Amino acid sequence: MPPKPRRLLSTFGTRAPLSSLICRSLPGLFALAACIAVLPAQATSPKEQMDAYAAQSGQAPQAARGQEFFIAKHGHEWACASCHTDKPTVEGKHASTGKTIKPMAPAVNAERFSDAAKTEKWFRRNCNDVVGRECTPAEKADVIAWLLTLKP
Amino acid sequence: MTHPLLVPSLRPQLLLAATVIAFFGGAQTHAGESNPSPLPLYKTECAACHIAYPAGMLPAASWRNIMFGLSKHFGVDASLDATSTQQISTWLIAHAGTGRKFSDAPPDNRISKARWFVRQHDEVSASVFKRASVGGAANCGACHAHAADGDFNEHQVRIPN
Repeated sequence: MPPKPRRLLSTFGTRAPLSSLICRSLPGLFALAACIAVLPAQATSPKEQMDAYAAQSGQAPQAARGQEFFIAKHGHEWACASCHTDKPTVEGKHASTGKTIKPMAPAVNAERFSDAAKTEKWFRRNCNDVVGRECTPAEKADVIAWLLTLKP
Repeated sequence: MTHPLLVPSLRPQLLLAATVIAFFGGAQTHAGESNPSPLPLYKTECAACHIAYPAGMLPAASWRNIMFGLSKHFGVDASLDATSTQQISTWLIAHAGTGRKFSDAPPDNRISKARWFVRQHDEVSASVFKRASVGGAANCGACHAHAADGDFNEHQVRIPN
């Protein structure tokens, strides 16, 4: 991610900067995390990210559990598989916009899980849509473990 | 030969014609034609899920609403970090549609509900938009092959069956 020029914070003229409005509207620690933790792009591998999530969870990742999590609905309209298909070595399709989504399996698409901040961003948003909350580190590790087993 | 403008009896008509052209012609130049090449961050983040809709297709008020509500973005969590949100907002607002045509923000901040959009697509029936091959009015690229590049030339429209 490029450096963030501070001058942009004043581009709304006399209006309060968007970031400050967002930060002020969020409570305590969450605001701290959301407003200062703009992670730099971190080159990494899917296995490193899986291991990091597994270490956070204190459990060994389980691919079978990851597959189940990926395919099941969790009380909401969509499953992960709704957009990514239940065989993510192939292209998926965005359930609401119809846009093509490149395969999730790292064996087919080397770009997947190569940037920790990007992985976190998508887990955060998509888990919110699919599960209605953020995913736990164990769930993330399981999903990556399953995706790593998939071969073209 | 006398120049038409110098003939007193023609002046009112010319003035009227010029006014009409300025009024309606000017209003039409914003139908997505104010289309600078998108901010790279806008493309990276927003065009991950849909085409980079041209900034000039919505007024600034709509872009503000959209960018303040990214966590509930047309039914999807599209939230971004504060810095990216700020940078994309600034760019969209700077290149938003202006003038009479954009004096009202369309319902739900949807381009497809803007008066000009509805008018320009009035020959396309609702059933066409509902086709699986089209996937709704938000999926510009279904019929406008070069929509992702900001090219909506109606002579290149191909509606899939």
